[in-house]
Amino acid sequence: MGIQDRLIEDVGLREGVKRLTEDKIEKVVQGVLKGETGARLAAYNEICMRCGLCSEACHFYLSHDGDPSYSPVGKVQQTMAQLIKKKGRVSPDDIYGMAQIAYTECNLCRRCVHFCPVGIDTGYIMSTVRRICHKLGVTPQYIQDTAHSHSATFNQMWVKDDEWPDSLQWQEDEAREEFPGLRIPLDKEGADIYYSVIAPEPKFRTQLIYQAAAIFNAAGVDWTMPSEPGWDNSDMCMFTGDFEMMGRLKRRHFESAQKLKVKRIVMGECGHAFRSIYDMGNRWVAWKMYPVPVIHSIEFFWELMKQGKIKLAKKYPGPVTVHDPCNVVRGRGHHEKLRELVRFLIDGEIIETASNREHNICCTAGGGVINCGPPFKNVRLAGSKAKADELRATGVKTIVAPCHNCHGGLEDTVKRYELGMHIKFLGDIIYECMEKPS
Amino acid sequence: MHDIYNLVTGPLAWLAWAIFIVGSVYRLAIMYILAKKKDAASMAYMSWGFSLRSIINWLIPFNALGWRRNPVMTVATFAFHICLVLAPIFLLAHVVLWDQFFGVEYPVFRENVTDIMSMIVVAGALVFAGRRLFQKEVRYVTTCQDWLILVIAVLPFLTGILAYHQIFNYQTMVILHILTGEIMLAAIPFTRLSHMLFAVFTRAYMGSEFGGVRRVKDW
Repeated sequence: MGIQDRLIEDVGLREGVKRLTEDKIEKVVQGVLKGETGARLAAYNEICMRCGLCSEACHFYLSHDGDPSYSPVGKVQQTMAQLIKKKGRVSPDDIYGMAQIAYTECNLCRRCVHFCPVGIDTGYIMSTVRRICHKLGVTPQYIQDTAHSHSATFNQMWVKDDEWPDSLQWQEDEAREEFPGLRIPLDKEGADIYYSVIAPEPKFRTQLIYQAAAIFNAAGVDWTMPSEPGWDNSDMCMFTGDFEMMGRLKRRHFESAQKLKVKRIVMGECGHAFRSIYDMGNRWVAWKMYPVPVIHSIEFFWELMKQGKIKLAKKYPGPVTVHDPCNVVRGRGHHEKLRELVRFLIDGEIIETASNREHNICCTAGGGVINCGPPFKNVRLAGSKAKADELRATGVKTIVAPCHNCHGGLEDTVKRYELGMHIKFLGDIIYECMEKPS
Repeated sequence: MHDIYNLVTGPLAWLAWAIFIVGSVYRLAIMYILAKKKDAASMAYMSWGFSLRSIINWLIPFNALGWRRNPVMTVATFAFHICLVLAPIFLLAHVVLWDQFFGVEYPVFRENVTDIMSMIVVAGALVFAGRRLFQKEVRYVTTCQDWLILVIAVLPFLTGILAYHQIFNYQTMVILHILTGEIMLAAIPFTRLSHMLFAVFTRAYMGSEFGGVRRVKDW
């Protein structure tokens, strides 16, 4: 029981700890604890009563037969509590384990908040552990690759500057066969909305851009996308602990929207990018309010629905269940709008999972966990057993999940636990059901 | 015996109260200064309304998800804390002392009520101890300090019960009772018992984040 019994080989972690000495670790840990953390962490560390109530909140704990080393407080005990107690004087091997816990065994979903009487934010503690690991140069290889991509290209997927508008034009071209006159307007100044996506969309889910374009076209939305870097709203640097780069990403994203003088930014069906705006990135660059208003696709589609701008040719066959992505539901309270929208789109009921809305169990992919790649996939999937059990109990065939990470995670979960379910974005359903030119 | 009694009710009592009050004020002040200096990005989102909303909702038994999922712990926690705070304040013998030393008088609970309340505190502590021993997720994270504060918290009540019922030597028990009470007071600012000082702020902060930024409940 404990991280040292289940270390997984990862080249990023291994090469990272090889370069460490106890002196270096101590210096970096002290630097972060004294320089970057304050009363919040001090209070959390002191007043956690070690009551264990948070355990049941965590899908990793629930899914691993109640192994206490997977409980939120168990993870804190093996990481931050040690760093504070030993004043950073821990071994490189300890750091390996801490990095594995913080990056791959906590989705930062913050469900444990609903279980802690004294209000301890384990997500914040784990993020701080990641910050330390980042500064020590100990990060899982796969997610570090995406962080490097952000640094080099300002997008997560090494999409080159010419490939981006090229992908958009390709989608525009394709869509014009089905929707004559459809445009993906690039760099249109003063548009009502600036649509931003995460880099995996142009990279390997390009149909989502097609669908969004089709929906905006049909709804008569005045929209634009930028042709230059800044278009990617994702933020893996937030998850690796590279906060400097996180700040640069957010600034670039907003500057790109400001340059086009748009009224609002609409973000695609992604959760973590939203968090980086409302929670992390904006604070790092010291913005209490965003320089340009930002809304999530759930809200925007809901608005279009309320205004009667989306005309449906049919309804999607139900019943369905709804998966509440932690960053837009527990993070932004969009659960009721999401349900209203789903009810509008489907023919049938919404069968709720046992834990739902702000108490929803995480997809086990978020928080950068899925981005840590294949070495950690089996643990992640073992960790999603609790989610799989709740999904199976609904007995439905369709899961509506408006978040890319959740999609990736749930697809793996559905396969591993043989749930026989399909996972749909809101855009998938709207596109499929909306009126199209004959 | 008299000398010891005079010592614990005199200088030691003053010392314990001084450590408790000055220590608490000091720790709260230091923490506030630290928060202003280092946690500006969090402090900016603090809100009275959402803070109170969260605190009130967590003070209702079985209201928060965490309480609902752990009924035994919920009953034990609420009973333990309510009795731990109220019994000493409204105990007849304590009020008599306030009157005797400072001429302060206020209503009291009936003696058998405070007796039962003290027993509830001990029973609650037994539940907590049982969890630490037998529940693996609690045992896994239990440290010496968790045991220490449990003992510090329960001893004044245990000795109080023994003294009240005149079990063992009454005078010894009274002295032990006073002494352990003083230890508890002095320990509050400097051990995990400081959750008494800080939990209201961590709860308020979480309530502010969830209410104002995340726009959802945190219970």
